[in-house]
Amino acid sequence: MGAIYILWLREVKRYVRSRAQIVASLGQPLLYLLALGFGLGPVFQKSGNGSYLQFIAPGVVGMTVLFSSIFSGIGLLWDRQFGFLKETLVAPVPRISIVIGKTMGGVTVAMIQGSLVVAACLIAGFRPASMAGVAPAIGYMILIALVFAGLGTAIGSKLQDMQGFQLIMNFLVLPIFFLSGALFPLDHLPQALGVITRLDPLSYGIDGLRGSLIGLSHFGLLMDFTVLCGLAVITLSVGSYFFSQLEI
Amino acid sequence: MIRVRNLVRTFGNFTAVDNISFEVNQGEIFAFLGPNGAGKTTTIRMLTTLLKPTSGSVELDGLDPQRQQNEARRRFGIVFQDPSLEWEMTAYENMEIHGVLYHVPRKLRIERTEQLLKLFELWERRNDPVKRFSGGMKRRLEIARGFLHTPKILFLDEPTLGLDPQSRNQLWTHVKNLNEKEGVTVFLTTHYMDEADRVAHRIAIIDHGKVVAQGTPAELKEQTNSDSLEHAFLALTGSSIRDESANSTDQMRQFVKMWRK
Repeated sequence: MGAIYILWLREVKRYVRSRAQIVASLGQPLLYLLALGFGLGPVFQKSGNGSYLQFIAPGVVGMTVLFSSIFSGIGLLWDRQFGFLKETLVAPVPRISIVIGKTMGGVTVAMIQGSLVVAACLIAGFRPASMAGVAPAIGYMILIALVFAGLGTAIGSKLQDMQGFQLIMNFLVLPIFFLSGALFPLDHLPQALGVITRLDPLSYGIDGLRGSLIGLSHFGLLMDFTVLCGLAVITLSVGSYFFSQLEI
Repeated sequence: MIRVRNLVRTFGNFTAVDNISFEVNQGEIFAFLGPNGAGKTTTIRMLTTLLKPTSGSVELDGLDPQRQQNEARRRFGIVFQDPSLEWEMTAYENMEIHGVLYHVPRKLRIERTEQLLKLFELWERRNDPVKRFSGGMKRRLEIARGFLHTPKILFLDEPTLGLDPQSRNQLWTHVKNLNEKEGVTVFLTTHYMDEADRVAHRIAIIDHGKVVAQGTPAELKEQTNSDSLEHAFLALTGSSIRDESANSTDQMRQFVKMWRK
């Protein structure tokens, strides 16, 4: 228990202390929110879909949680060889405690980061349809964070070099974001894109957030919840397994 | 304290460690020397539970590092070739995390942390983040940390790499002191022969995965008719240069160095 707590605390302290990094990582979501939210707003409105800012805000929150949680896991790549993680791997602590502490830390950081973006959305003019949706929205944020922290851990345990990191970024993380319906409605898509968005785990997270916050859901909240819970179990188990097999 | 018998480790067709045997007695400072790629780090990884031997046996204080992993881990401290401190956190916090991970009771942890940080001349800077420390200070902190859980054995993998002569000198003085005071067994690797000559009680020289000589520094010099350990080392391992091609670890090492500046 002590080990899980201290490793969790380490992740949170690291985050809180790196102020420059906090500000930097807010830049991208804010750019999407403001540039796209206001820039595409009039077109979106004219096509009869209502306010684009309302629509994109849950997407931007989901994106923040995605990036933050998946990178906390992929960071294992250097942390295990050139960082503090190596110290934990020779400590008399079961690997599973290390992975739990680290993952929970990553999830907590992703939630703080996500909450900051929620605050920014509120300042920019986003309004949830009802206060009742706030609690389920927090639940969906946690689920997104769990799914991708697990995926990040799995990838971070397997990656061998920096080139691999670039590949993952361009061919996995960015597609997960762009094909999730964070930026566009999932209705009436061309068939191929429709299929791809259904295969993207983040689609269900964003859909859940949007359903909770503005009452607009494509798959239905129950479906979102079920899929995300199932995926979280899978990615966290695979992540822990790969981590336990890690040789340094 | 450490007993290695017919230890072998292969990676594919390559035999990194080829049937080595040696013993390190309790309280001894033992230097494990060899050119690049000789198998030093691979051996340390097997001694410290991080790598499974292909065959042969290892005993640490009577324990098998593979089968009694956690028991074995409590008994040693290690300073890796690459730094393993948490850079964003203070020296004190680094000690605290280590103490918790090694189940050191709180009261003892606080006492020993103060004592060790004072000994390694880091107490004044205990609340500074490690990223503001010099190379020598970081190394000292890693060694202080390695001693926190009162290990019986301390592994030092090239601890003085990249340090200036002052820091190297001071570091070995501290290690020698603790070896005498706490009776800790020290297993070290280094490329600086003068250091090994000065601090080590006994030395094993490894080349191409095999132990080519063992003995006290004086015995090795005598055996090769050399006046310094450096000459003895060259006589035993030849003077050809071992160029390893840079692997992904080296590339990342470079990257991390740039990134942390």
